[in-house]
Amino acid sequence: MDHLKSRKLKNLVAMTLATLCAAAGLALLFVILYDVLVEGLGALKLRLFTQDPAPPNLADAGGLRGAFLGQGLLTLVAAAVGVPAGVMGGTFLAEYGRNSRICRLISALSDMAVSIPSIVIGAFAYAVLVKPMGGFNGWAGAAALAIIILPIILRTTEEMLNIVPWELREAAFALGAPQHKVIIGIVWRSAKSGLFTGALLAIARVAGETAPLLFTSFNSNFFKLNLSEAVPSITVSIYQYAASPYESWTEMAWAAAFVVTVFVLLLNLVGRAALKFKKVG
Amino acid sequence: MEDLLEVKNLSFFYGADQALKDVTLPIRKNSITSLIGPSGCGKTTLLRCFNRMHDLYPKNRYAGEILMAGRNILSDGVDVLKLRNAMGMVFQKPTPFPMSVFDNVAYGLRLKSVRNMSALREKVEKALRQAAVWDEVKDRLHRNAAGLSGGQQQRLVIARTLAVEPKVILFDESTSALDPISAKKIEELMAELKKEVTIVAVTHNMQQAARISDYTALMYLGSLVEFDETGVIFTKPKHKMTEDYVTGRFG
Amino acid sequence: MTSGQTKNLIFKIVAGMAAASVLAIVAAMAATLYVQSRPALTRFGFVNFLTSTSWNYGQEVFGAARPLFGTFASALLALIVAVPAALGIAVFLTEICPSKLRGVIAAALELLAAIPSIIYGMWGLFILAPALEKFVQPLVGETLGRLPLIGSFFQTKLAGGVNLFTASMILAIMIVPFISGIAREAMAQVPPMLKESSYALGATRWETVRRVVVPYVKTALAGGIVMAMGRALGETMAVAYVIGNRHAPLESIFSPYVTITSVMANEFNEAGGLQLSALFSLAFFLFAANFLALTLAKRLLGGKKWTI
Repeated sequence: MDHLKSRKLKNLVAMTLATLCAAAGLALLFVILYDVLVEGLGALKLRLFTQDPAPPNLADAGGLRGAFLGQGLLTLVAAAVGVPAGVMGGTFLAEYGRNSRICRLISALSDMAVSIPSIVIGAFAYAVLVKPMGGFNGWAGAAALAIIILPIILRTTEEMLNIVPWELREAAFALGAPQHKVIIGIVWRSAKSGLFTGALLAIARVAGETAPLLFTSFNSNFFKLNLSEAVPSITVSIYQYAASPYESWTEMAWAAAFVVTVFVLLLNLVGRAALKFKKVG
Repeated sequence: MEDLLEVKNLSFFYGADQALKDVTLPIRKNSITSLIGPSGCGKTTLLRCFNRMHDLYPKNRYAGEILMAGRNILSDGVDVLKLRNAMGMVFQKPTPFPMSVFDNVAYGLRLKSVRNMSALREKVEKALRQAAVWDEVKDRLHRNAAGLSGGQQQRLVIARTLAVEPKVILFDESTSALDPISAKKIEELMAELKKEVTIVAVTHNMQQAARISDYTALMYLGSLVEFDETGVIFTKPKHKMTEDYVTGRFG
Repeated sequence: MTSGQTKNLIFKIVAGMAAASVLAIVAAMAATLYVQSRPALTRFGFVNFLTSTSWNYGQEVFGAARPLFGTFASALLALIVAVPAALGIAVFLTEICPSKLRGVIAAALELLAAIPSIIYGMWGLFILAPALEKFVQPLVGETLGRLPLIGSFFQTKLAGGVNLFTASMILAIMIVPFISGIAREAMAQVPPMLKESSYALGATRWETVRRVVVPYVKTALAGGIVMAMGRALGETMAVAYVIGNRHAPLESIFSPYVTITSVMANEFNEAGGLQLSALFSLAFFLFAANFLALTLAKRLLGGKKWTI
């Protein structure tokens, strides 16, 4: 029966192709990680973390210690603003504003804001925080990152609180607790591992961002962590070093890329593990 | 009456768990055989052996035989696609595919490479008439099947099964999700259909088994307790357990 | 009012302000981008700006046609490659993969989406671009390049591996895990009974996927694809590295070209006056395109959240 044979052959071809797609996807992940690992580890030297940038013609000198700290500072400031604001906003949507039209609009708008290209956010921060101030500054960079974090955390919080059963709140209300105490003591507590994961993933996302910093905090070769001036950034340094014609700089870019990748992936893994752990336990 | 299928010493394993133990029973041609028993007794597992639905999932294993015209349909040489074409199946809930009424019924025919539109139309109409749903859907053949009522959907699914002209139709509690009136229509349809096909039906509903089937098999913990004509099973069963079960003192 | 009620009111107001800040930020962003775009848009005229291909620093004449075309062309080319691959992955994960491996493989692919784009950019510049130039470009040139009329569009004109094609391939790699994640989630929602109904009629796995599963998930799939497209449009660092940022007519898919994001990343900091305003106009278009894509995607996904 030829028709049946051709159907089976088609099935075999399609399923083989699907398997190959998955194999290719996994292979790409390994190739990218492998390349970053080999190139990065090969170029990784202690001075990357202990020294300041040096001219490319100096052998065995130069590091990016300020850039790591600067990036960390920007991320921390952004998280310190974006995470609490996002949690509060999401809490409002889930606890006070269910079914209100304006809250649904904010929720939809946040989904949209999550995917605004980060370079557009950088341009916005440039227009409102760099141009009027007269120069690149760390506040603008941190603000751009915070604008990225805010809607992510807001939506995660809303989703996480929405799955907390309503009866739990009613039980607490029945004991005479005011709503903010119910939210803080009962609702947040039952959603805490989800909120933690959301925060970690949001921080992981901005920790490796480059585009929103390009026109805001930019980069600096000096070991100075002053938010009213340009702040050294590891991702912007990678961008500049990798595009440079000097081998010593591209090597350092690989080493820095390795560190950033490991850090971001670790944050992701920890965040996901925290959620899994909660589900099982 | 001649036997269309013969289940012989059939055992079935989900991995290490044995779900059927040495089941032997005949399926008579142009009759309705009901499989009854408490939840987890293996009646659905047995039903899914007939069209080898278990092959879809890993680690499932058959032992024993189901003979059809002298050939064991569980053997490796049997073409599962062809087998399933000959063994229609209707599920607990209506399962209309996300496409038009017409395309639903034509689905199996198109798999068999029936491309000629007038032949398709003819066969689709015939199947829908056979399933007693033609009058209700003839004006909406090209609209999505999801718009039909639950009872209509289930009869559509039966039409879809009938379109490929199977020898056997397996019903897996096919009226359990329907309202009583729709369920009654399906029952009447089954009685009508047995003139042309052989029916094996799993049911939870003892009255239904008594009403519609010619033969009844009671299963318990993966084993066949008793198989006989329905009248015998419900009036003078040989086993005490059967008597307890059909009178509702058990399960 | 008791102190409990007062505190609750304060809490509620603070939370409400936090929620409203999203509204304020998005509105401020739209307004700011518009205001900053105005000098260029009024100087060149909206339609003229959209359709003009000039990008002349000396005479201060700027048009958006090339960056716009580059942005959409690279995203489209990326989708052409990424969508079939992502569907293949989703089919593998839902239909073929043993359930024990499924979670691990899905998580690994999601990690692919978590790698920062600057890393993709570097990898693209140093590893992928040379590899494509060495192995893929000659192959395409020998085959599609021989075609009459459109053949020259597939021939290598400038060496270097930094071009529109490489940018599209990097984008494809970046959006594959995104689309496959949404497709996999949607396919997992298909009731097993529905698939079994297809198997029970003697269908193969492929026939069941093509005729039952895909129609069942098609709107969610379309939503995922539009969302991925939004991502590809706005991706900056990976593209900025490998597209070449060359304001010149596109002679071949292997020519260096520009996208909105590559122009912004490369020129924003040195720009002033009309050029800066033109760059803001590009940012405004990107913002608007993304807004439309997301609105459409949300409608297709039916209000459900499908983020990774």
